[in-house]
Amino acid sequence: MTTIHREIHTDAEGFLTEYDEWTDDLAVQLAAGIGIELSDEHWKAIRFLREDYPTHGETATLRRVSTLAGIPVKQLFALFPGKPAKKMAYVAGLPKPRGCV
Amino acid sequence: MTTTMPLTVPNFGDEATEGRKLAIICSKGNLDMAYPGLILANAALGEGVETHLFFTFWGFDMITKSRMHDLKFTMLGNTATHMPQGLGGLPGMTAMATHQMKKQIQDVGVPDVPEFLEQIVASGGHLWACRMSADMMHLDESDLYDDVEAIISAADFIEKTEGAQLLFI
Repeated sequence: MTTIHREIHTDAEGFLTEYDEWTDDLAVQLAAGIGIELSDEHWKAIRFLREDYPTHGETATLRRVSTLAGIPVKQLFALFPGKPAKKMAYVAGLPKPRGCV
Repeated sequence: MTTTMPLTVPNFGDEATEGRKLAIICSKGNLDMAYPGLILANAALGEGVETHLFFTFWGFDMITKSRMHDLKFTMLGNTATHMPQGLGGLPGMTAMATHQMKKQIQDVGVPDVPEFLEQIVASGGHLWACRMSADMMHLDESDLYDDVEAIISAADFIEKTEGAQLLFI
């Protein structure tokens, strides 16, 4: 059983709503909650999402992650199976991406 | 909403999308009509939905190596451009409209058709070519985009997509 001692703000679905409440430790726990153990490859994607968000103003889509962070789409599907864009956003403490592509 | 423990974990619906399938029939070869199928396929794959695209008739242009880089957009017959129809028939107008649309697509960060297909395949999408179209146009697999899995009959496609939701574009 993992315990988060701090209070965090989330939307009704569980996505963090405060950018600054996110920490590396929290990411590990969020990932564990959806059955993902974070590897260096996961971190590369998450770090990109975190860095991109404040400047871009919205959560990067899969395409943006693959073209700008250089992580192939196929690998993103392997790292975050099923719904990679949403899962990545969740672990990175960001809103779901709203872009279509 | 404030959460302490236990953490609210989003329902990513992995079980719900398990077994969900989408079949998209692409029958148009205009630049503007190529995109709806590609965008929806990409969106479905991103949601964990098994997705199959079937390219038929003019949609064959989307997967034909010699043409897929060069789809066009014309104002002719398209009242949604809100331009005089006669204008669309002037020399060079289709090239200009195509150039403009390609730029607009690029500006919103959406890839061109070949690159989009590449992304769809990387996301686990399946591309199929229509047998009748191939025969009519005298094309074989060597003429088609490498990631097209096979040239199959309409009946084969219906069989492969049993239980799927279907879109005809």
